[in-house]
Order: sequence, then structure tokens, then C-alpha cells
Amino acid sequence: MDRRNSIKSIVLGSLAGGLALKGCTPGTEESAEIAKAAEVFYGRTPEEQQFDAELQEEAFFNAHELATLTVLCDLILPPGEQYKGASDADVVPFIEFMAKDLPEFQTDLRGGLMWLDHRSNFEYNLEFKAATEEQQKALLDQIAYYDPETPEHERPFEVNFFSLVRNLTLTGFYTSKVGIEELGYKGNMPNVWNGVPEEVLQQHGVAYEEEWLAKCVDQSKRNIIAEWDENGNLLT
Amino acid sequence: MQIIENPTIYDAIIVGSGAGGGMATKILADAGLKVAVVEAGPFFDPADPKQMTQLKWPWESPRRGANTVRPFGDFDAAYGGWEIEGEPYTHKNGTKFDWFRSHMLGGRTNHWGRISLRFGPKDFKHKDVDGLGDNWPIGYEDVKPYYDKLDQLIGVFGTNEGLENDPDGFFLPPPKPRLHELFYIKGARKSGIPVYPSRMSMLTKRINNDRGICFYCGQCGRACSVYADFSAGTCLIFPAQKNGGQVDLFVNCMVREVTTDSEGKATGVSYINKEDRKEYKLRGKVVVLGASACSTARILLNSKSKQHPNGLGNSGDVVGRYLHDSTGSSRAAFIPDLMNRKVSYNEDGVGGMHVYSPWWGDHSQLDFPRGYHIEVWGGMGMPGYGFGFNVNEFNKYFGLRVGGYGDALRDDVKKYYGAVVGFGGRGEAIARRDNYCEIDPATVDEWGIPVLRFHYKWSDFERKQARHMQQTFEEIIHNMGGEPLGNTPSKEQDYGLETPGRIIHEVGTTRMGDDPKTSVTNRFQQLHDADNVFIVDAGPFTSQADKNCTWTILALSWRASEYIVDQLKQQNI
Repeated sequence: MDRRNSIKSIVLGSLAGGLALKGCTPGTEESAEIAKAAEVFYGRTPEEQQFDAELQEEAFFNAHELATLTVLCDLILPPGEQYKGASDADVVPFIEFMAKDLPEFQTDLRGGLMWLDHRSNFEYNLEFKAATEEQQKALLDQIAYYDPETPEHERPFEVNFFSLVRNLTLTGFYTSKVGIEELGYKGNMPNVWNGVPEEVLQQHGVAYEEEWLAKCVDQSKRNIIAEWDENGNLLT
Repeated sequence: MQIIENPTIYDAIIVGSGAGGGMATKILADAGLKVAVVEAGPFFDPADPKQMTQLKWPWESPRRGANTVRPFGDFDAAYGGWEIEGEPYTHKNGTKFDWFRSHMLGGRTNHWGRISLRFGPKDFKHKDVDGLGDNWPIGYEDVKPYYDKLDQLIGVFGTNEGLENDPDGFFLPPPKPRLHELFYIKGARKSGIPVYPSRMSMLTKRINNDRGICFYCGQCGRACSVYADFSAGTCLIFPAQKNGGQVDLFVNCMVREVTTDSEGKATGVSYINKEDRKEYKLRGKVVVLGASACSTARILLNSKSKQHPNGLGNSGDVVGRYLHDSTGSSRAAFIPDLMNRKVSYNEDGVGGMHVYSPWWGDHSQLDFPRGYHIEVWGGMGMPGYGFGFNVNEFNKYFGLRVGGYGDALRDDVKKYYGAVVGFGGRGEAIARRDNYCEIDPATVDEWGIPVLRFHYKWSDFERKQARHMQQTFEEIIHNMGGEPLGNTPSKEQDYGLETPGRIIHEVGTTRMGDDPKTSVTNRFQQLHDADNVFIVDAGPFTSQADKNCTWTILALSWRASEYIVDQLKQQNI
């Protein structure tokens, strides 16, 4: 079922007469408009809307930096037959937004991109984005791995730079529509939780206890109004 | 400029619209009183599409839900936070206290964890148990009838277990545990720590025809658009209005002080309208303060007059004192047996834990007083900002390289998704006179109102409790076959004990008692110094338990509100 439709059915199904919502829901046309605006503003206060809009308007990276970052992010999560790549999920605009939202990233990101070009020029006499994929990967192999036992602030700058870009690329990708589809996350939609599937319990070697389950909600009765006896025993 | 006075005389003026103010609104309006509710923030309704964040996807936020603007992230329902522009607070002697304020209709109830624990018999008389702090003037039997009514009015799931200090109630049935919670149950029990279904105020079953039923999106922190979780606006103030109550809402109105007459009785409040930045006055027969423990103390201390030269209710120099927050220390763990999970199902569940451990300890074996409960989190949650950071750091446990690039990272994401479990201890601190908030004479906020200055220190009681939390978590993690993340917090780090205020359970600033010299209100939360002023937030708590405070705020506000109605009827106030 479509997410929006399923919300509608749950709302209609659970509010007899729609009492709770009717009081504050304007006419259908207006509410459709508000809903559309809400898609854009995801519940922002006027001040937050303005702040986001101001950040969106600023540019941080120049065209060369954007192009270099695009190449780099697509090396981290490459497009291919099976999977979408970082740029399919607009990871670079996300990273640019975060550089404005968290200005402490700015110097590291900009300096790191300069470092990449410097190394690439030094080794191949080519800017990073113009080097062959093989050359690019050879460079990355020098900075892409780190020793987790060494504290972060003691690791080389270029290693930390690559870790930062990898982190932002993964977050940007897996919080996008294509990333969440790839991950297979099934939530963020109305449903009725009724426990872990049996095959999953078996896979992980655990089981529900009968005694515990007996206390839990009988989802077939969730729609019947709760009533108790005077000792707090649920009757319905 | 003249102060603009509203000609209406209200039966009651309620300051604040959170748990305490919301409950007072419901009870007083249902009794036919004409009430004004004065709220410092804007109107808020989680069903309004303009304000709704529930069921939004991470990509609808340009920062993917990061916490740069709202402290719990873009999708959290609370407006405000630890710092509010133009509304500072200060500290004394280099001590620390972080103060979370949420100015909006419903206040902090819009985003809270909905963990709804009754205080038990011992919690009201803990001095009798260990000689520390003070007993409440009332006991569990005084509050029980209100807890009982509250459970049935608002709805809370849980189970009757017959525990001595975690009383039974009128519960809705709890949801089944998630996968990581089954691991927790096993791991905790191995160390003799009991685990029960959690007790939280979401509707797992219909409670009336006005509110929806939980649809298990796990997003109660975003406030529920079908009103299936408790928040004061949706479950108390809106119903009071729909019931035909005479409720005038004054939003974006910041109360400055309680006004008093020549006999020292309250006549109403003065407030700043944030929209036109002008000062107004409201008149009422009774003033009910529910602005939150610290904000209410601030209003009282700023309400100075000839009759109340030290601030209203402060003849005993107790307002602001005995401030205490819950203790908190947390730890996370990687659980290899939770790797390689099937993502075939939705395990969002309710917002928060389905199981928890109430305090189980035996003090004859321990070096600290009081206790804590354990909250647990984990699972295959919706990705947000931070997802995929250090994606394969756990490779180190298998002797594999950490870092890299390319499609191998995608396998790592899926391999480790849902394999981290976290634990939070939330415990009881001892209330002390020397932990307090007071007025900072040197600082005002942008509304011209003198601000609070905090003085707060933890003692070894709280530090040792935090050490015990960490030892317990490490034992449970070991039992679960897991690896604790990060190093054990050291003595220098107070064993991970959070800065006071961080758990957002601050209470005690206007504590109740029978002696006006050592307490601010009587056992009905009525000021000793002005009998038509009542406090319904957590200020009157003589002591915090190892419980979350909201359910007790609600029960006590109901009790105080019934007393107000009764006293008005008898023309005593």
C-alpha cells in the first residue's frame, strides 16, 4: 500500500468521526497545499525555514572542487550494474550543504581536495579528476585505510580527510531514497508490530518465552476500547 | 509605556502548557473554571502538516536530520534546546548545569521518551531508608488514586509485576520485544538483573474515540499526528477545549512575574508578548505555575514586592534550592551475533524501548545510595545523519583492514546494520540545598527579564552510581558476547556521569513540605507565602526517584488541581 494512503486509512480507521483532527484540519484544498509545502519544509519554524534557505543560497565549492568531489565520491560508492553511485543520490550537493551547516568541515574538505590535486600532479602530472581510474585508485590506496588503534588526531591529515569524505558519502547515500532502497530498510510507514519473524529468531539463536508473549498486546483486539477491573486487570 | 491590562478576571491563570500546566488546564476547565493558559512559545499541533515531522524521510531535511539546528536533530519535535538565542542563563563558581527549554504548546512533552514510571512507596520516604535528603510530606497512598486515574485517562502500556517499589497500574498491553531486546533480556538475566516490559505512554490499544492507536513508526520524539502518544497539547489541552472548556490560550507570551496585592495575595501575572514586545497583565483569582522547575523558580524570584521582598514564596530562602536532575551514564556495544541481519521486516516498534530493567540493587553490597533503571536501544532504525560513519571500524575485531572504498563498503554497511546496542542508566541524585538556581543580577534576556544563574555540583554518591552503571553495562555486554565501544570512562571523566541537566529531569526547586522555613509549598503544592498560588511542575518534588518524572508531575498536578477547585468552592482562596 502507498504510504500516504495507508496513513489515511489508519487515521480514518482509528478516529471515529474524525473528531480529534477535524477541529484543526482546514478545507481539503487548503490542506493539500499545506501538505505540499510541508513536503518542502518538513515541519520547520519560520526562523528555521529562513536559515535553511540562506544556507541553500550560499555556494561553498567552486566548479573544479565540485567536479573533483564528484569523482571522489563515485570512487567511494561507484555506479554500476547492480548499484547506484554516489552522484545518483546527489551526495555532493549534500556534502556542500553540510560544509555550510558545519563550517568546521570547510578547511579540511577544501584543503583535502587541494592535497589530492597536488599528489596527482606530483605523481602523474595530472589533476586528480583528469587522472585515469587506475591512477586515482592508486592514490586512494595510500590514504583510504587507517589503524583504528591510533587515535584520530594522531592520524595523517590526508587519511582523516578521506575518512571524512567517506563518512559524508555513506551518510549522504544511505539517507537518500536510492540508498534506503538498497539498504532494504522497511520502516517509516504505518504497520502493526507483532514481533520478530520466526526465521530471524532461528538465524540468531533466540526465542520468545511463552510467559512473556502472554503479557503482550493481542493485535487483533487493539481496536477494542480498553477497560479494566478495579485491580487494573485488562478486561478487553 | 503603560502596561496593557486585560479586563477579564480569570478563575485561574496557568503558566506553561507542558505536563503540569496541561493537566491543570484539563482539570480546571473540565470543572467549569475560566482559565488562561500562558505559554512562552508558539501554538503546536503535530497533526498540522506545516509542523509535522512524523514519517518524513531523511532526505527531506537538507542536513539529513543532523542536530545543528535542533539539539535532537531536525525531525525532533522540540523547539528550543540547551541554548536559546536571546535567552541566556549563567553559572556560578565554574559549576555546570545544562538547561533544556522547549517553548511551544505542550512544552517538552512533545518530544519526551514517554517512559512513564510511577514513584513507589520508598521513593516518597527515602530518608527513612538511608537517612539522606528529606522525606516527602505525602506518601504513595496519597498519589496512587491519581496515578490510577491517569493511567486510564492517558494510556500507558506495561505489566503488573507486583514489584515493591515499581507499583502496578492500569496498563495497556506492551509490544513484543525486538531482536536486540531478546539479547538484552538474556544478557541482563545472566547477571541477575531483572528485565520487564517497559512502561510507556503510547496507545497499543484504543483508549477512547478521540485518539488514534499506535502505528509503530518508532518516532514518538517527533510527536504523533494521530495523538497515539502522550503530549500535553494533544491529550489534555485540546480535549479540554473540545469539551467546551473556557480556555483562552496566550501563546508566544513570556511571563515575567506574578503580581500581588497589598496583602501579598496574587492578583495575576505580567507577561511580555513576544510578537509586539510589549508588557501585558492578566488578572486571576488563582495563579498556577507550571513553567518547569527552573522557569517557575525564576518567575517567583523575579516577583518581588513590599510583601515579598525576597521574591514570592521565598521567605524561607528555599526557592531555587534542592535543584536536582537524574544521574545518567551510557554505553554502547557491538554485538557480533546481531550481524548479517535479514532486513525482511519493519522493527521500528514504538518510539524507544520495549523492555527495561527497574532498579534491582541491594545496598548492603553497594558504596552508593539510591539506584537507577536501565534503558536499552538498538535495532535496524531509519538511517539519519551519521549513518555509515566509520562504516567498517568493527573489522578490527576480525583482524580485517579498516577503511577503504568501493562496493566492499556496501557489504560492510549491511553486515553491521543493527548490530549495535546501547544502554542508558538513569538514576537518583541526592537533593542538596547547595545545588540551586538563583537570579543573576547582572544579566537579562532579550525580554528584559533577569535570568537564572546555576550552581550545581555532583557528589561522590552520584559518581559512584555512574561507575556502577558502567560496570553493569560491561558485564551485560560481556554476557551478550559483545564488545563495549570506546574506553571505560575514567574517574577523571566522572565515570561518564552526564553534566547535570542533561537528562532533562530537573526537579526540586520549590519543594513541598510541612515547614514553611524549609519548603516552598505545602503538600497540595500551594505556596506557604501566598495561598492562591500553586505549582504544578516538578518544582515541588522533595526528591527525584530513579524514575522519569513526568508521570508524577501529571498525577500531582491532577491532585493539586482538584484541591484548587475544592478550595475555590469553599471560598477559602
